[in-house]
Amino acid sequence: MFVVTGNRLLDGIVVYLAAAHHWVEDLQGARLYDTSDEAQTVLGEQSDMIVSLDVIPVSKQDNGHVVADRLRERIRSDGPTIQPFDAIPLERQFSTAAD
Amino acid sequence: MYRYDEFDAAFVNQRVAQFRSQVERRVSGELTEDEFKPLRLMNGLYLQLHAYMLRVAIPYGSLDSRQLHRLADVATKYDRGYAHFTTRQNVQYNWPSLSDTPDILQDLAEVDMHAIQTSGNCIRNVTTDHFAGAAHDEVADPRVYAEIIRQWSSLHPEFSFLPRKFKIAINGAKQDRAAIRVHDIGLQLVQLTDGGVGFDVYVGGGQGRTPMIAKLVAEGVAEQDILSYLEAVLRVYNLYGRRDNKYKARIKILVHETGLEQLKADIEAEYAHVKSTFLDIPKEEIERIDAYFAMPKLRDASAGVAKLAETRARDAGFSQWVSQNTHGHKVSDHVSVTVSLKPVGGVPGDATAEQMHLVADLASQYGYDEVRVSHAQNLVLPHVAKEDLYAIYQALVTVDLAEANVGLVTDIIACPGLDYCALANARSIPVAQDISERLGAIERQKQIGDLKLNISGCINACGHHHVGHIGILGVDRKGEELYQITLGGSSDENTSIGAILGRGFPAAELTDAIEAVIDTYIGLRLSDDERFIDAYRRVGPKPFKEALYPSDQKAA
Repeated sequence: MFVVTGNRLLDGIVVYLAAAHHWVEDLQGARLYDTSDEAQTVLGEQSDMIVSLDVIPVSKQDNGHVVADRLRERIRSDGPTIQPFDAIPLERQFSTAAD
Repeated sequence: MYRYDEFDAAFVNQRVAQFRSQVERRVSGELTEDEFKPLRLMNGLYLQLHAYMLRVAIPYGSLDSRQLHRLADVATKYDRGYAHFTTRQNVQYNWPSLSDTPDILQDLAEVDMHAIQTSGNCIRNVTTDHFAGAAHDEVADPRVYAEIIRQWSSLHPEFSFLPRKFKIAINGAKQDRAAIRVHDIGLQLVQLTDGGVGFDVYVGGGQGRTPMIAKLVAEGVAEQDILSYLEAVLRVYNLYGRRDNKYKARIKILVHETGLEQLKADIEAEYAHVKSTFLDIPKEEIERIDAYFAMPKLRDASAGVAKLAETRARDAGFSQWVSQNTHGHKVSDHVSVTVSLKPVGGVPGDATAEQMHLVADLASQYGYDEVRVSHAQNLVLPHVAKEDLYAIYQALVTVDLAEANVGLVTDIIACPGLDYCALANARSIPVAQDISERLGAIERQKQIGDLKLNISGCINACGHHHVGHIGILGVDRKGEELYQITLGGSSDENTSIGAILGRGFPAAELTDAIEAVIDTYIGLRLSDDERFIDAYRRVGPKPFKEALYPSDQKAA
C-alpha cells in the first residue's frame, strides 16, 4: 500500500493526503492506495501550498495501525527518535487542511 | 570583534526585505515552488525531514554576548527552544516556519547576523581556530584575514555560481585546530623571513564520498597578496572544475584529475594576471580590520592564580574540568575555556535557549564579551582570568554544561543524521548517546585519554568521520542502519584519512564494537601517554581487526 505525503509550504510540517485536497499531520488519517501508480496520479492535482510531494510505501499491521515501510519515513511520521530537552511544543497557527 | 559599518548593515537589511517580498510572492502564488526554492536556499532555509531548517552564519565562529542572546531569543520566539551548533561553526534551527523566517532574519540583522551563503555553490562561511587571538602558540590572528575574505567573497559576482560549494579555513597557530587540510582551500599563517606575515596555501582537501587531503600549492604568499592568490585559485576552479557530475565537481577532484604540477602552473598563470590588477590589500585596510580584533584590555589577575590552585585542591570535579576544558592563553593569568556541548548522553552540539543565555551572560561578566563556536561543536570563552574559573564552572553546573570532557571520547562530533536530515541514511545522535553513556564515567574517559570519535549519518561526512581517530559512518543496508568503523583519521597538522576496518555493525552491536576497539588500544599502548592515534599509527589495523572479526582471523 501507498500514501501521498509532502510538507506544508508555510511551516514545512509533514502531512499526508487524506482526501481530495485535504491533508492531515497523522499518518493514520492518510488515504491508502493499492498501487504506487494510483497514488502518483493524484500528485499533479495537489495545491501549490504542499511541497516536496512524494509517494511512499506503507503497511497495515494486524491492529490496523499504518506504518511506513522505510525507517526514514517512520522517523518522518513520528518525529525525531531523540528528545534532548523539554522542547517547546510545536504550535502551528495553520489549519491542517491546506486549502 | 568586527562590527558592521553602514554598508554592511544596509546590505543585510536590504537582503531581508528582498526575502520578505519573495516569501510573500511565493505564498500569493506569484512564484512557483521551483522558482522560489533557490531563493530560500540562498537565504539558508532548507526543507529537511520534519520541517524547514535555517542555517545562520557565524563568521569564523565569533560571537559577542548580544548576538548569542539573540540566537537564544530566536530559539524561544520562533523555534522549539534549542539550536544546534555545527562543524562549520554555524548554528541551525530545526523547526522554523517559512512565514516566520523574514522576521527571524530581521531579528538577526539587528545584531549584525544573517544566513547569506550558508547554502549553494558559493564561498561558504570561512572557518578558523576557535582560540584565535588568544592562543599562546599563535603566529598571527587568523580572524583578520577571515574577515577580509568574508568581505571579498560576500556576493562576489564571479564566484556566486561555482561548480560546487567552496570552503576556506584559516589556521594561525602551529597546531592545526581548523582542519585546514580537509578544506577546499586551507590557509596556514606563517612568519616570513622579512618579518612579515604570509600564508602557506593548501588546495583540494575535503571529505564527503571522496575524502582527500589538500596539497600544498604555494608557500609564503604575503598577506597583501592573499586575495589575489585566492582569486586566481577560484578562477581556475571556476574555469576547469567539472559541472557535468555533482559528485566530481569539488576542487579536490580537479586537483586529482589535473595533477598538482599542471594545476599549480594554471594558478600561477592566473595569479600573475590578477596581480597586475587591483586586488592587493592596502596596508591601511589590513590595519583597520586588525584593530577590530585587538586583544581586549585584560585586567591584571595574577593575584588570583594561587587561589585557583587552592580551589582545585578542594574540588576534584572542578580540577578535572580545568585540566580538560581550558587552553593556554597568551597572557599567563588568563586561559581560554571550552564549554562542552557534549553532556554524557546528550545530543552533540545542541544547546537550549537557557544554556545560550547563560553562556552569553558569562561572556559579558567574565569573558570580555567574546564567544566562539568550535568546529568540534562546542562553545569557547577565549579570554578568562584564571581567578574567575570557579565562578564560571559553578554557573555552568546549574545548566548541565560543565562536562569535563573536551578532547576525550565523549566529546563526539556528530551530524544531525536521520533524526533530522533529509540526506542521511542512518541515525547519528542515538549512536553518539549510547557510546557516550557507555564510556562516560570520568575515570573511564581519563583512562582512554585523548581520542576523537566522529559520527556521520551518510557519506557526505558532515560528522567528519573520515578524520576521527575513530570514525563511524552510518549506511542503509537493505533498510537496516549499519555502521562502518574507520580508524586512524586525523584533522590536525598530521592530517590523515581513516581506513575502513571491515564490515559494518548494526546499531545494537556498535557500542560493543567501539569498546572492543578501545580496549584493544589500551591493551597494546606503550604507556598511558601514548594516544590512540599514535598507537594506531604504530601498530596499524591488524590487532583491531582481530578484536572485531575474530572468526575472520581463524578462517585466514
